[in-house]
Amino acid sequence: MAVLTYREALNLALREEMRRDPRVFVIGEEVGLYEGAYKVTQGLLKEFGAQRVVDTPIAESGFTGVGIGAAMVGLRPVVEMMTFNFALVAVDQIVNTAAKIHYMSGGQYRVPLVIRGPGGPAAQLGAQHSQSMESYFYHVPGLKVVRPTTPMDAKGLLKAAIRDDNPVIFIESETLYNVKGEVPEDPEFLIPLGRAIVRREGTDVTLVAYMGMMYRAMEVAEELAPEGISIELVDPRTLRPMDAETIIGSVRKTHRAVVVEAGAGFAGMGSEIASFITERAFDDLDAPVERVTGANAPMPYARNLERLKTPSKEKIAAAVRRVCGTNGG
Amino acid sequence: MAPGPDLLLQMYAGMLRVRLFEERVRELFANGRLPGFLHTSIGQEACAVGACAALRADDYVLSTHRGHGHLIAKGGALRGLMAELYGKANGVCHGKGGSMHLADASVNYLGANGVLAAGCVLAPGVGLSIKRRGSAQVVVTFFGDGAANRGPFHEGVNLAAVWTLPVVFFCENNRWASSTASSLSAAGGSIAARAAGYGIPGETVDGNDVLAVWEATTRAVLRARRGEGPSLIEARTIRWVGHFEGDAQAYRTKAEVEEGRRTDPLARLGRLLEARQLLDAAHAGRIRAGVVAEIDDAVAHAETSPLPAPQDALADLFASYPWSR
Ligand SMILES: Cc1ncc(C[n+]2csc(CCOP(=O)(O)OP(=O)(O)O)c2C)c(N)n1
Repeated sequence: MAVLTYREALNLALREEMRRDPRVFVIGEEVGLYEGAYKVTQGLLKEFGAQRVVDTPIAESGFTGVGIGAAMVGLRPVVEMMTFNFALVAVDQIVNTAAKIHYMSGGQYRVPLVIRGPGGPAAQLGAQHSQSMESYFYHVPGLKVVRPTTPMDAKGLLKAAIRDDNPVIFIESETLYNVKGEVPEDPEFLIPLGRAIVRREGTDVTLVAYMGMMYRAMEVAEELAPEGISIELVDPRTLRPMDAETIIGSVRKTHRAVVVEAGAGFAGMGSEIASFITERAFDDLDAPVERVTGANAPMPYARNLERLKTPSKEKIAAAVRRVCGTNGG
Repeated sequence: MAPGPDLLLQMYAGMLRVRLFEERVRELFANGRLPGFLHTSIGQEACAVGACAALRADDYVLSTHRGHGHLIAKGGALRGLMAELYGKANGVCHGKGGSMHLADASVNYLGANGVLAAGCVLAPGVGLSIKRRGSAQVVVTFFGDGAANRGPFHEGVNLAAVWTLPVVFFCENNRWASSTASSLSAAGGSIAARAAGYGIPGETVDGNDVLAVWEATTRAVLRARRGEGPSLIEARTIRWVGHFEGDAQAYRTKAEVEEGRRTDPLARLGRLLEARQLLDAAHAGRIRAGVVAEIDDAVAHAETSPLPAPQDALADLFASYPWSR
């Protein structure tokens, strides 16, 4: 194990996969000479050359299409979105072509493609630069959607995404790039897509969260432990395909569930998770499933309003107490 | 640079195949035997056939909602195509694609795309892969005059030009984007002229003259194979029938359709072949009979083929060997 930042873990994953497979290449705005807006592609141009680290014009629809076209005929592109907000410009390519070509062609063409970059709430970047983008993609049959919370997951999941023969939406976070953690150095260390992880075992309530919300939930779990509330933390890691079994398994043990998500709550990830828990584990529940979600508003700029927009530790703790019937602590 | 007798006859038969196939499709649709939302290419056959005749078998084609002719011209089997239009299990896409989303990997036909101009951004990706593999292949992406007004056209041409990729952008200008006249929607009066802004060759050809189309495409293809980059071709043509099957066409005059019939690309090549004594009535009759038999066979095959099994609805959602390669 090495201790790496999340950014370094992603960089290592790219480097290892590019060494392993000459078909893998990186393409996007400023990924080469500038080494990535967030420096995830640092050193890649030097090691692999301009054929495999391709700087593009500002043309998200264009270079996403390029990634898909190249993937259909033999290459394995990793497309970088400077930030995922701009993937909206390429949504037609992603939804109508990448996600559907294998299905529509009756299995004749595959699209082994990764589209990666940061998304989710950031620090005072404002509404168009700070939003949870996963909901635009996990609804679409034919896409896999990954949200890696830790450096270890960043490496293992990105490598698995690159080796997957399907289009994978891989959304990182500006706020996590400097987070440090243990990362296996083994170049064959992979985390299969579609597997959740229990990050903390507990007995009283299952708390489902990912990315920044997982770190917040972790703090809540530590803070409520002295009150005698034992929280089990489950991180889905891959939002689609979703590992419902691990979540349901945890709920059958704890009998209570709270889902936390940073994005707007309406028809969000929390709605989906709450609904499959209710459908499949209703008899195991001792309380209704609670959701703690971002407000149904664009991200405001002002620091105080920005804090209000995303779920706070207090709101998460309150929901946990409610489902545990210990309101007020 | 002129096509020899064999190629001329091959293009004649190819155009006839497209023409008769599309006419049969219209008839079957009108009789309620064929489902779907159908856009035929009657009158535009010289574009598909002339362009594809300039290609090698391993070259790639990207197509549009009006793509039956492109697939036939690229060498796609009529059985798989017709069965696909019927939505049958043994259609070339197993009944998952249909008229507007045809793909046939056996002839490197990367697929029609139901979203206008989408092929224009896929093409440089295909070109990038060709360049990396050093395979000297070429990719042709077909699109209409309407699609040329969309952003992906401009992004795609710019990318292919800036990276010197082996792409041929082939615009079939049939004057209409459904009911919207090109003259009212495309600034500048010429799609081909847009090439100049990207520093690549742009050429307007008579899209009803299959020789002109073949020559222009051959020039573009040779240039691409030499590694000199993309070209843009605008082929001016006329669609003889509605934008889609069932279109009442109140937006245009009968005179335009008559003009189309007067400049019929198929009859024009027929006359040329006769003048060069490469074709007579008996020979033409034999070619036609062969094509009709092939279409009859495709229809019979499609009609007797099974519908997909219910469980196929979820098949091929994902490539099934995620760790294989
Ligand atoms: C992005 C997009 N917008 C609208 C449509 C609906 N539509 C289908 S065909 C068509 C007209 C296309 O005109 P043109 O590109 O000139 O091709 P043609 O039909 O003449 O072959 C329209 C508007 C579409 N398929 N995609």
